[in-house]
Amino acid sequence: MSFKNDDKAKRYWNENIKLVLSLLTIWAAVSFGCGILLVDLLNEIHFMGFKLGFWFAQQGSMYVFVVLIFVYAAKANALDEKYDVHED
Amino acid sequence: MEVQTLTYLIVGITFALYIGIAVWSRAGSTKEFYVAGGGVPPVMNGMATAADWMSAASFISLAGIVSFTGYDGSVYLMGWTGGYVLLALLMAPYLRKFGKFTVPDFVGDRYYSQAARTVAVVCAIFISFTYIAGQMRGVGVVFSRFLEVDVDTGVYIGMAVVFFYAVLGGMKGITYTQVAQYCVLIFAFMVPAIFLSVMMTGHIIPQLGFGSELVDAAGNNSGVFLLDKLDGLSAQLGFAQYTEGSKSMIDVFFITGALMFGTAGLPHVIVRFFTVPRVKDARSSAGWALVFIAIMYTTIPALAAFSRVNMIETVNGPDGQGVEYAQAPSWISSWEKTGLIEFDDKNGDGKMFYTNGENNEMKIDRDIIVLATPEIASLPAWVIALVAAGGLAAALSTSAGLLLVISTSVSHDLLKKNLMPDISDKKELMFARTAAAVGIVIAGYFGINPPGFVAAVVAFAFGLAASSLFPAITMGIFSKKMNKEGAIAGMLAGLTFTAAYIIYFKFVNPGANTPENWLFAISPEGIGLFGMLINFAAAIAVCKITTAVPASVQDMVESIRFPKGSGEARDH
Repeated sequence: MSFKNDDKAKRYWNENIKLVLSLLTIWAAVSFGCGILLVDLLNEIHFMGFKLGFWFAQQGSMYVFVVLIFVYAAKANALDEKYDVHED
Repeated sequence: MEVQTLTYLIVGITFALYIGIAVWSRAGSTKEFYVAGGGVPPVMNGMATAADWMSAASFISLAGIVSFTGYDGSVYLMGWTGGYVLLALLMAPYLRKFGKFTVPDFVGDRYYSQAARTVAVVCAIFISFTYIAGQMRGVGVVFSRFLEVDVDTGVYIGMAVVFFYAVLGGMKGITYTQVAQYCVLIFAFMVPAIFLSVMMTGHIIPQLGFGSELVDAAGNNSGVFLLDKLDGLSAQLGFAQYTEGSKSMIDVFFITGALMFGTAGLPHVIVRFFTVPRVKDARSSAGWALVFIAIMYTTIPALAAFSRVNMIETVNGPDGQGVEYAQAPSWISSWEKTGLIEFDDKNGDGKMFYTNGENNEMKIDRDIIVLATPEIASLPAWVIALVAAGGLAAALSTSAGLLLVISTSVSHDLLKKNLMPDISDKKELMFARTAAAVGIVIAGYFGINPPGFVAAVVAFAFGLAASSLFPAITMGIFSKKMNKEGAIAGMLAGLTFTAAYIIYFKFVNPGANTPENWLFAISPEGIGLFGMLINFAAAIAVCKITTAVPASVQDMVESIRFPKGSGEARDH
């Protein structure tokens, strides 16, 4: 057991789950949300020569995906440090 | 120099490079063969993953699909990139900490069951074969187009090259060759796209040109945005609005979902995250893979839009009345020879005309969009040669990665873990190489005698991965309570439902494959997402009424949830 006690292990895991869920909410919001479900509504708005919904579907969602993974990597690494369960 | 000579030259140089790298980095142990010794730095691993992921089909056909379907093509763009977020957040770090070689390893150990392992092995082999058949065909097509040999000869050459470096080099050789292949393919893809972007919008970055005003030959702004122009042309010619598409919203939703979750369940993608040194690297490696994939995938819709306007204007003329066939640019007649463009002068006026409906006189294959771009944009001959080398790099890198999953599944999951547990490392390595060789022969057979349903089985591969492996793996990580009965029931339920639905609409009764007959208006391409939900539901229900998970397995799940100690797991 690498954690000092069970309580710490539980807290680490809960924080990790919270991080993953919040990032997945953004993941779903930009693709399934802005790119698909709300696409007609957002297409009313023009953004740099694009209809906004179309832009999310063919450009924006992909940029956000990339950012999400690096944010996750940075935050998860920080979480490991905080609970002292990072690799040596 | 002529295009032909240049093509031989550039393709020859790149092949020599790949083989050189394979010889330099050949595998000496099973660990090197399966996971490159677990020592690939994350940026390189990301690049290799990207090359592995982008197949001949996505290099050659995807821009064409988006060009012809507009907004509907977004399902592939979002689906084939969004899956990497799931991989990074839900799987890669935990599977890396788990520290063994394959997906069936994880499923078998986590669910303490040979039956679960066997289901996973069957899924992995089936999915990989589905893919590789299409890849070998792709190799054949690219060779035949650019080297002017017939398709079968093209397949033989491709088989020989893949054989050499996949069998010899294993994962270690493959990973380093794929890094080189990524560089070749992305350069080959970007050069024509950038030229076209500058020509049509004056922007050097295609992603910006995509949203810009068109410019005329003198470089003056026309005041018309590219996408408005496309919507206007679509309306004029009776096509669905380019920015709106024609698929129903629910179908777009489900196809995108099936592709995302399917991507995260594909064995040849997951295995890439076993090859990095640390858990930390597994996280960032997925990010780098997506960066390298997104460079191409965000360019694809831009290229698609440029080409569509360009093509329609070339055929119909600036006045939209059609252009005299006698005055058509030379690329039209040169691609007519390949059958990818056909002109049928229905009204006998000597003019070409492209429209939706029965007045249409042009049959234009979607593969033209990438293959003919250098000629459409009047680019120099070396660019045409480069596109050939890029297409081959895409096809070869993907085939090699898939082949490795097949050989690993046979030698490691089937023989070592099931039938012959006592074989030595050396013997296992020999079996892995033999399996790779047999795999190439079978894949080559399918490349030369392609089953008519290659396109249909792609839906199959993603559907199966989404409905079987993805839920089993994620539940194995995020639930300590999920037991073997639940996992097996879930995989079988998801698999059976998805397979039955696809087989019915694609093979048994293709005539009924219309939205009115689909369940909730979900097409067979998107049903994997529904199958995944069935898998989760069945697994949870069965788990509730069966025995608890052994304490040792619960401890194992506990231990893969944090990175500390991953070094120990590497050398087991």
